[in-house]
Amino acid sequence: MSTKVISLVSIGAHPSSGRARRAEQDARAVELGLQLAGDNLQVVHAGDPREEALRAYLGMGLAHLDVLEQPAGADVLGVLGDYLRDAGAQLVLTGSQAETGEGSGMLPFLLAERLGWPLVVGLAEVESIDNGTAQILQALPRGQRRRLKVHLPLLATVDNAAPKPRQSAFGPARRGVLAARNVALVEDELLAEAELQPAKPRPKRLKVIKAKSGADRMKAATAKASGGGGKVLKDVTPEEGAQAILKLLVEEGVLR
Amino acid sequence: MSDIIRRDPRAEWIARNRLHPLHTALQAQQTSWMGPQGVIRKNPHAVGFIGPNGLKRIDRSGAQQGGGSKRSAAVEVQLPLHQVVQPAFYIAVVPDMVGGRLGSHDRDLLGLAHSLAGSDGAVLAVVFGEHKESHCSTAGVDRLLVIDGEQYQGYAPEQRVQGLRAVDNQFAPRHWLLPDSRTGGGELGRRLAAALGERPATRVWQVKEGQCIGRAGAGQQDLQRSLPRLILAAAECAEPVSETRHEALPVVLSTSVARSLSRIDDLGPVAVDPAAIAMAEAEFIVSGGNGVKDWALFHNATVALGATEGASRVAVDDGFMPRNRQVGATGTWVTARVYMAVGISGAIQHLQGIGACDKVVAINMDPGCDMIKRADLSVIGDSSAILLALIAAVDNYRNGAQRDAA
Repeated sequence: MSTKVISLVSIGAHPSSGRARRAEQDARAVELGLQLAGDNLQVVHAGDPREEALRAYLGMGLAHLDVLEQPAGADVLGVLGDYLRDAGAQLVLTGSQAETGEGSGMLPFLLAERLGWPLVVGLAEVESIDNGTAQILQALPRGQRRRLKVHLPLLATVDNAAPKPRQSAFGPARRGVLAARNVALVEDELLAEAELQPAKPRPKRLKVIKAKSGADRMKAATAKASGGGGKVLKDVTPEEGAQAILKLLVEEGVLR
Repeated sequence: MSDIIRRDPRAEWIARNRLHPLHTALQAQQTSWMGPQGVIRKNPHAVGFIGPNGLKRIDRSGAQQGGGSKRSAAVEVQLPLHQVVQPAFYIAVVPDMVGGRLGSHDRDLLGLAHSLAGSDGAVLAVVFGEHKESHCSTAGVDRLLVIDGEQYQGYAPEQRVQGLRAVDNQFAPRHWLLPDSRTGGGELGRRLAAALGERPATRVWQVKEGQCIGRAGAGQQDLQRSLPRLILAAAECAEPVSETRHEALPVVLSTSVARSLSRIDDLGPVAVDPAAIAMAEAEFIVSGGNGVKDWALFHNATVALGATEGASRVAVDDGFMPRNRQVGATGTWVTARVYMAVGISGAIQHLQGIGACDKVVAINMDPGCDMIKRADLSVIGDSSAILLALIAAVDNYRNGAQRDAA
C-alpha cells in the first residue's frame, strides 16, 4: 500500500550572502519524502514559478514540481489548503519555518487547523505506516527522541534532526519541469502595516549588580562561582552516598 | 545566623580568664595606650566595627557593640511586595518549566509580562502538571494557575490547547506570552494561535511603547509591528523581575476543560545512544577526572546511568578519554541539567565550562576543593566504591520499577 506523500517547499536565503537557494529544512522534508515515497513524492511550492532556486529541489531527483502561482507577499494558506485537500494527501511534510519573509512558522499550524488534521512538530523518522496510522519518531531538544502513533492524514514539520538532504544534481535540475498553476490570490494584510528591516544586532545582556555599598560590589566582582549551600555528605558509607545521588537523579528525571 | 545582638557568656568568661588558650584572641584590640615618651598613642584601625552592610562603623556614643565578633549573617533581603488586589486585566504567561522549574527564558518572559501588566494588571502563570518551583513569588507571578490531570501527562499538545482555551474564556487575558523555544513553548504558542485565530508575533526580542520587534526569516531581518495579543518571545526579551516580590496566589479554573479526542498517542521516550548526543546539548553528563583510578568501572557506570561521558583536562591529557570529551574552557561548554563530576577538583577553567549546568553532583576525596563549593550535592569518599554502589543502586531501582509495572 502506498501512501500519498506531499512535501511543501519554499525558497531559502543563504545565511551570509542572502542569495536565493533551496531552504535547508524544506530540503530535509523533500529528502524524507523521497525516502518514504520514492518517485511518487509530490512537491509543491506557492510562489513565483520562474524562480531559479526551485530547480535545486528538482535536482534532488524529482521529475516535476507543482507551483501555485502567487505574487510576493500573498497569503498562501487558502490555496495550499485547497490543494492538499484535492490531492488527497496522507502525509504532508514541511520545514518548520521559512527563511525569507516573516518566517513565523505558523503555516503548518494554520493548515492543520484548517484541514482538521493532527500536526506533529520535529519529525525525525517514520518507522511504519499501516492501517491509517503512522508510527513516527519525534525529535526533542537535547538529542532525545519520542515515539508517537498518529492517525493519518498527518501534517508534520521537520527540523534539523531529520535526515540530511541529498546533494542537488545539475542535470536533473535542468530537465525537471516546474508546472505552474493559476490559483486565487489573497493579499496578506500584515505587511501593509509592518515592515521588514535588516536585523539589528541584539545588545549583549549586562550583568547588573544592584549593590548598595562598595563592599557589596567588590564582593560581587571578586566572588568565585559557588552553588551556595550545597549538601555535603561526609563520612558516609558508599551505599548511603549512592542512595543520595540516586535520589537526586530520580528527582531531576534524568534516569530513564 | 540572625543578626540580633546577643551576649555570649562563654566568650565573656574566656575574655576574663587569662589562662585560657583563646584568651588573647578574644581581647578587644587596644585602641590607645601610653607610649614610652609618655605620649598617648592611638591605633585608628582598631576603632569601630564592621556594620551589617560590610562598612566600618564607629559608634561615638560610647555604647559600641559588636566588637570583633564574626557576625556575617547572610541577610535575606525582603523585597517590597507588589500586590494586585483587584486586577484590571491579566497578562497570561505559559512558562516552559523544563524539569519542573522556571528557566532563565521563563524568568525573562515573566519580566516582560510584569512590565506589560504595570501596576493594575496581574501576571497569571499557567503551569501544566506538578512543578517543583518554590520561587514563583520572586520571579514575578501574581496569580498561579496549575492545571493538573493525567490527560496533560506526556505529549498532549491538543489537550493543553484545550486547557489554555478554557483559561482564555475565564480570564480573557490582554496578552498571552509564551517562550519561543524548542522545549515546548514555541509549539504550544503556535497551536494556541491557530486555535484562537490570533496572529502572533514570533521571536520577539524587544517590546517598547506598543511596538514589538521580532526576528524574521532566517534571522537576517527584523519585523517591527504593533503589539499583538499573542507574543512568542525569544530568550532575553526583557530583564527578569528582581526588585519586587509577588503574591503568586493560586487560582483555579471555574469550568472543567473539554476532553479533546487524542489523535496523537504518546508511546514514550526512546532510548538513544548517549554517546551519539553532542556534548554541548547532552542533558546528563558524568565526567571523570584525575581522581578516577578505574576507568573501566567509570565507563560501566556511565552505561548503567545512561549518561553522556565527559572528562576534565587532566583525564584527557593522560590519555584516558578522547579530546572531544573534554569539558571546560578549552573543551566544550556544556549545558547539562545534571552534571556529575567524579574525581574532579574543579579548576576555574572547568567550572567555567559547567557554568550553565543546573545541578552539579560531586564525588571527591577532598572536602575542601572548589568543585564541592559549586556542587549541589557532594559525596566525600573513594570514587570507585561510590560508583560501584551507584551501579548497584541504579540496577535495583530499575528492577524495582519493572516489578511495579508488571
